[in-house]
Amino acid sequence: MPSPHIQLKDSHRETRINNARTILAVLLVLGLLGAIVTRYYALQITDYEVYRTESERNRVQLQPLPPKRGLIYDRNGVLLADNRPSYMLSIVREQVSDLEATLAELAELVPVSDSDLDNFNKKLARRRPYEAVPLRFRLTEAERARLAVNRYRLPGVVVDAQLLRYYPHGELFSHAIGYVGRINEREVTELDETDYRGTFHVGKVGVEKYYEDILHGDVGYQNVETNAHGRVLRVLERFDPKPGSDLVLHLDIRIQRAADEALGDRRGAVVAIDPLTGGVLALVSKPGFDTNLFVNGISSADYSALRDSLDVPLFNRAIQGQYPPGSTIKPFMSMAGLESGLVTPQSTVADPGWYSLPGDSRKYRDWILRIRGTGHAPRVDMKMAIAESCDVYFYDLGRRLTIDRMYEYLRPFGLGERTGIDTTNERRGVLPSTRWKRDAMGQPWYPGETISASIGQGYMLTSPMQLAVATSVVASKGVRRTPRLLESVDGQPVAAPLLEPIIVPDEYWDAVYEGMVEVVHGQRGTAKILAKDIQYLMAGKTGTAQVIGIAQNSVYNEADVAERHRHHGLFIAFAPAEAPTIAVAIIVENGGGSSAATPIARKVIDTWLFGETTDG
Amino acid sequence: MADYLRQMPHQGSADLARRPSAASRFHIDIPLLLLLLVLTAYGLVVLYSGSGKDMGAVVRQGRYFLLGYFVMFTIAQVSLARIMRWAPWFYLLGLAMLVAVMLVGVGAKGAQRWLSLGGFRFQPSEIMKLMLPLTVACYLADRSLPPRFFAILVCLGLMGVPAALILQQPDLGTALLIAASGLFVLFMAGLGWRYILGAVVLAGASAWPAWMFVLKDYQKQRILTMLDPESDKLGAGWNIIQSKTAIGSGGWEGKGWMNGTQSHLDFLPESHTDFIIAVLSEEFGLRGVLVLMGIYLLILLRGFWIGIRARTSFGRMMAGTLTLTFFVYIFVNMGMVAGLLPVVGVPLPLVSAGGTSVVTLMAGFGILMAISTEKSTGHR
Repeated sequence: MPSPHIQLKDSHRETRINNARTILAVLLVLGLLGAIVTRYYALQITDYEVYRTESERNRVQLQPLPPKRGLIYDRNGVLLADNRPSYMLSIVREQVSDLEATLAELAELVPVSDSDLDNFNKKLARRRPYEAVPLRFRLTEAERARLAVNRYRLPGVVVDAQLLRYYPHGELFSHAIGYVGRINEREVTELDETDYRGTFHVGKVGVEKYYEDILHGDVGYQNVETNAHGRVLRVLERFDPKPGSDLVLHLDIRIQRAADEALGDRRGAVVAIDPLTGGVLALVSKPGFDTNLFVNGISSADYSALRDSLDVPLFNRAIQGQYPPGSTIKPFMSMAGLESGLVTPQSTVADPGWYSLPGDSRKYRDWILRIRGTGHAPRVDMKMAIAESCDVYFYDLGRRLTIDRMYEYLRPFGLGERTGIDTTNERRGVLPSTRWKRDAMGQPWYPGETISASIGQGYMLTSPMQLAVATSVVASKGVRRTPRLLESVDGQPVAAPLLEPIIVPDEYWDAVYEGMVEVVHGQRGTAKILAKDIQYLMAGKTGTAQVIGIAQNSVYNEADVAERHRHHGLFIAFAPAEAPTIAVAIIVENGGGSSAATPIARKVIDTWLFGETTDG
Repeated sequence: MADYLRQMPHQGSADLARRPSAASRFHIDIPLLLLLLVLTAYGLVVLYSGSGKDMGAVVRQGRYFLLGYFVMFTIAQVSLARIMRWAPWFYLLGLAMLVAVMLVGVGAKGAQRWLSLGGFRFQPSEIMKLMLPLTVACYLADRSLPPRFFAILVCLGLMGVPAALILQQPDLGTALLIAASGLFVLFMAGLGWRYILGAVVLAGASAWPAWMFVLKDYQKQRILTMLDPESDKLGAGWNIIQSKTAIGSGGWEGKGWMNGTQSHLDFLPESHTDFIIAVLSEEFGLRGVLVLMGIYLLILLRGFWIGIRARTSFGRMMAGTLTLTFFVYIFVNMGMVAGLLPVVGVPLPLVSAGGTSVVTLMAGFGILMAISTEKSTGHR
């Protein structure tokens, strides 16, 4: 309502001021709107490419499609390594606001071990944006249910199915095929980054590692459109992964099982090779372990139990074990003697039960001396030397041959070098020579050491695999093949590589055969116990390897020696002698003597020839 | 505009002005109404996409618009004299409600801003957005302009009390906006430059103590996030990064209506409310943004023009103030979404989903219409 001082208002002046202010306001508005437009221009025109790329990256994700790992079968088509669906828990970091809180909540729903967390954190640091990082593998049904129920309050937590390695026969093939495990830090840098995108496991040892390239396959990709919560809305394009190839191995589960059962709870190794193909029919090292434990990261308790066990179950005795071959070297020594011309099948050596070097008083005793107080016979020929394992015969041969020629003739049997079998961590053993001793020990070779070497003692070390290969060379009369576990890939046979053969007259082989057959079938053969009820001719050679040095003139008494100091029992064999189809090498650690090993050969060979063990 | 020019001669003659068009009789400013209709229609189109093709949201917003237009027409019928008489009482009522909020209000996310009346929840601060400038303008209208020192003090008091009440809710953004609307009145009233300069200097000088002692941590965080959104990519920076990406990836032409990936794949937060300009920018490109800006600019110019043409100093001050306030919403919202300003809860006028701001804004336009159709014989 009009009030007195309204009259004082200067209407014109007010209008003028107001108009001026309005113009100022318009200018202000135009200026600020201009600033806004400039900003939108900068975002939408100047930096368009940047933001368009950003938005595409938001929207489209390249997801790796891991290939299915190839399966592994034995020669009969029995599955040895399978893939089974397994559920894993992963986290998309970008969708988790408070990682600590989420991990704490998850830990209440499913057990998460420290090593799980450790692995998770390592992978977290290397992930791509929006990539799911696995936290737990092998969720149980109950764990999956708990996660599903709580999913709504755990954004960024993903439960995914993936195929995981499963070894249906657990321990039986632990050393034969090895296992896969989670990719570790070192492997991340070595493996092809693209190919292993989306793959969490890699072959760690054995066939699984050796044939990793073939088994893994090629990674596929799909471009998917996802929303901000990481949920895949649709697949834009897809390149299928190429599954890994299936492998068929020469291994025969029946023989593997026969060897495993025959060894029982004893420590030792059995290797069986088909001399016609070089295929490895059985590769047993005991004790073994359940390879499934390693697939998803073994618990530290389980691992230290395996690692710290005195029986070293993780140690693959078949290819890593380094044992003195003992008397099993004698057939190969015989061949060296024949080749060198120093002996003939008929030539004989006087055997008083001991041997001494000319001009040396030291007596090298024959093992028979302790039992009979005399030698095997007044004169011993090759057949008897092998059959009865006469040391004196080979002491004499060794001395005349000298260590370096011994090396020269034994080397082609594959001793002292890796057999080249298609698995990992093989060791080469030792085939001594003067040069070897100089290089390895910086000492000259002493003549007495040749005497030890000629019966497979002293410095000489071999793995059961090497012995099996050497036996296979004899069985195939000089044909040398690199031993192979792999028989075929996706149905395509893979031949074992041939090496330069040993070419000698057939009668040399026959002479060695005769001796080896006599070992089993002869009246005084060291493995004559095997001849009982046998329906075929088996050729073999026993061996005993000393675990601790035995002082001159002392007598070895089994009962006095602690179990782990007892001699290793060895046996090599092939059969049927007239046309061999299997060659085996067996070692029973601390078996006391070869008698611990010989029955195993019978069971293995019987199983191979007749499909089942004849001997209960 | 042409419509307006046609009216000019009539208004020169007192007699002919008695026989106005229907528009004039019902206190409707046709150009403003047409612009608002275009704007709200455009808003609904964008909203349909921004809400994720939710027709329900569009219908709901359409109802808010209807309510808004109804409020606008109703208020336009009220004479300015009556508005001037009632405004102070509403202002006092608003103050009382702000006090009530402080005592018995309901809150969310650590802020207590709502009053709950019979199941209805509303923010008393919303009423203040209109009543404060009206009351300040009322007070100044009776005085000789430009305002003198004492009058300025009174105005600052009128502004300070509600601003302080809202600030402690806490709602810094609204407090600042409400204080600004009061300052706009003073500015339009011809506040002396020495005061303006002094205020700017004072504001600059108080920035440091404000940062140290007044601003809460989350408020500081918003400012820091605006300055460097990358520093907290997944937390507070997420919204800004995603909205900038949405805007930038729209380019000139845009990805097409309903084809915005940022909004439809949920990367963009609040895509139908405060961040709806990002949806528009992504789907309609800079072209669409310029069209929107054009509509806004015409509305603003029309508002200022109404002020220039207004017959009373109250009308002039209010028209300018309402227009400037409307502009501030546009500027703050578009600047915030584009990462120019810190994130504050200011909707894009008449485009963002939400009823409260529609009603408040339309009430403001009702007053503008009342001013524009004020009879020449009315209040001097």
